[in-house]
Amino acid sequence: MSSTLQNLVNQPYRHGFVTDIESDVAPKGLGEETIRMISAKKNEPQWLLDFRLEAYRHWLSMDEPRWPNVKYPKIDFQAITYYSAPKPKKLDSIDQVDPELLRTFEKLGVPMNERAALAGVAVDVVFDSVSVATTYKEKLAEVGILFCSISEAVQKYPELVRKYLGTVVPSGDNYYAALNSAVFTDGSFCFIPKGVKCPMDLSTYFRINTQDSGQFERTLIVAEEGASVSYLEGCTAPKFDTNQLHAAVVELVALERADIKYSTVQNWYAGDENGVGGIYNFVTKRGLCKGADSRISWTQVETGSAITWKYPSCVLLGDNSVGEFYSVALTNHHQQADTGTKMVHIGRNTRSTIVSKGISAGRSNNSYRGLVKIGPKAEGARNYSQCDSMLIGERCGANTFPYIEVRNPTATVEHEASTSKIGEDQLFYFAQRGIGTEEAVSMIINGFCKTVFQQLPMEFAVEATKLLGLKLEGSVG
Amino acid sequence: MIRDGAKPLLEVRNLRATVNGVEILKGIDFTARLGEVHAIMGPNGSGKSTFAKVLAGHPAYTVTAGEVLYDGANLLALPPEERARAGVFLAFQYPVEIPGVGNSQFLRLAYNSVQAQRGKDELDPLEFDDFVREKMKLLEMNPEFLDRSVNEGFSGGEKKRNEVLQMALLEPKLAFLDETDSGLDIDALRVVAEGINRLSSPDNATVVVTHYQRLLNYIVPDYVHVMDAGRIVKTGGKDLALMLETRGYDWIDEEARAAASA
Repeated sequence: MSSTLQNLVNQPYRHGFVTDIESDVAPKGLGEETIRMISAKKNEPQWLLDFRLEAYRHWLSMDEPRWPNVKYPKIDFQAITYYSAPKPKKLDSIDQVDPELLRTFEKLGVPMNERAALAGVAVDVVFDSVSVATTYKEKLAEVGILFCSISEAVQKYPELVRKYLGTVVPSGDNYYAALNSAVFTDGSFCFIPKGVKCPMDLSTYFRINTQDSGQFERTLIVAEEGASVSYLEGCTAPKFDTNQLHAAVVELVALERADIKYSTVQNWYAGDENGVGGIYNFVTKRGLCKGADSRISWTQVETGSAITWKYPSCVLLGDNSVGEFYSVALTNHHQQADTGTKMVHIGRNTRSTIVSKGISAGRSNNSYRGLVKIGPKAEGARNYSQCDSMLIGERCGANTFPYIEVRNPTATVEHEASTSKIGEDQLFYFAQRGIGTEEAVSMIINGFCKTVFQQLPMEFAVEATKLLGLKLEGSVG
Repeated sequence: MIRDGAKPLLEVRNLRATVNGVEILKGIDFTARLGEVHAIMGPNGSGKSTFAKVLAGHPAYTVTAGEVLYDGANLLALPPEERARAGVFLAFQYPVEIPGVGNSQFLRLAYNSVQAQRGKDELDPLEFDDFVREKMKLLEMNPEFLDRSVNEGFSGGEKKRNEVLQMALLEPKLAFLDETDSGLDIDALRVVAEGINRLSSPDNATVVVTHYQRLLNYIVPDYVHVMDAGRIVKTGGKDLALMLETRGYDWIDEEARAAASA
């Protein structure tokens, strides 16, 4: 690989600052006592404590998954802090937010305050484990939309939370989902009532600030009959040379004719160029198309984390329901990603689309893993999958692991895959036409990711394009 | 056209270059003056394409000796994109495919990068669209090319036309056409050759690398050079190409051997 290309892909991490604010931190370690402590701190009802304890007991009986195509040392779950909250934490308005914290968000480019109004974005900010401020709550409440932190929802709308929590991702679903169910500290809750089209994009910004703290957020989004919502999630973390665990659970429920679009731009700290530090991003995201004609669409741009283990999935239960997964995963240096989706077709005439774009640079390893499962009752089900990999340089790897299970003869399943390479000859072709390496790489990458970026809301698409640029471009001398 | 007192545009002296440690160019001397058309012929593997790529600055090749003056300045000191912006153009023998990058976007960016260098106005997408469509008409190209990815799924002939289209857009001072005739049927050859001839002027120089005399029926060279084993071993007028067509290359070797033993 030429040295210019080397420079291009070695852009430093920009969100690696630590915010100096006082936190209310629980001692390290995990046990029933920790869970009772978290539950008590959050003043939770008994049923939720029971949910946590059941999950914890389940977790104890489970083993860490070893099937992903990633390598890391065994995690010491006793060395992790399970609760870390900025002080003071009781807030009635955005003015009460620690100014240091606000500056952090400014550095992150989080749209809040007036900027939020201009951008038309309502932001629920999760900083370490506690949701700091939720903007636009009142405006949304006028149309009956509930948008708040999940802790607040537990207090204010316990029946709604109880009705849906754990219905898409059961507490014992997998190792990390069980861990999350036991210790989750905050996250977002969003409820769109019958027939309401959410008038703005809703947004959460996650950030991990404390060293050795785990972030276990829990997000629950419910769209009732005929409702629709577009939800954006962005993530960053400061630089530490130890690994931090992020084990989130996101559950989406779409009732009849409901439409949920969930977009993520993930830029957790990925570790340095030698692979030291960085986030372990072990996340369970799943949507249930419960009603007929419902639709759930996942769009993700994954650029950060030392390890990404994540399969946003759709369970297509309602007849004619639609599941979509659009993904760009970029890995550089020593990053490892094993990501993809599961589309489970249960209802009739259910349809799913998978478009996955993996970009590997440096010594990174990027795997697509996807399951398309067509059940015996899924008459006329259809799936189309497209998995493309792009390699930058000679030392990275890309893999595709598609699993297809079809139990209904009327189903149609298509899978296409390709691998391409940004090579010296392509860059030379650009150069010979007067176009420099930096611009060339950005054009090739944007072209490669176009079908996914088109799915993102406008301001996110711009951010994603810039982010990929930052990851791959910059210091061409 | 050879003109007395024309300014040398390209002066190559004793140029040597290697790829992966193997020497391919073994001391090339070559001069092209403004207004001239040169043809470089020679057997496969004689170094013709390498010569073109080294001049354009392909990173896989290392220049080990010699000098190249372009407009009187050291060409080898410039990175490839700056050589291009300074007016050095290479029509590739095998143009690469660039999936996902639209041809019109690519052409406009290339055009604007050269325009900026020349201190001229850049064109926005709408202005450029009109401009490029005119150029395409001259080459009898279907405008739908603009909506496709760069060279992706193009036939061999379409790729070559796309190269000449780029040459027409960039209006280079020094154009190297590396086997632009291969893969073209006789009608396409005529169209492409006419396009190249139209671009030839007293303010530029054109070098065509070819295996076949037939191209030279359309593009009449002022000089014909024969390359062999990394050197230019013979230079003559346009008749030399005809002689090569009937007699092949062996007689040049024999002549060279005879000259050496005399």
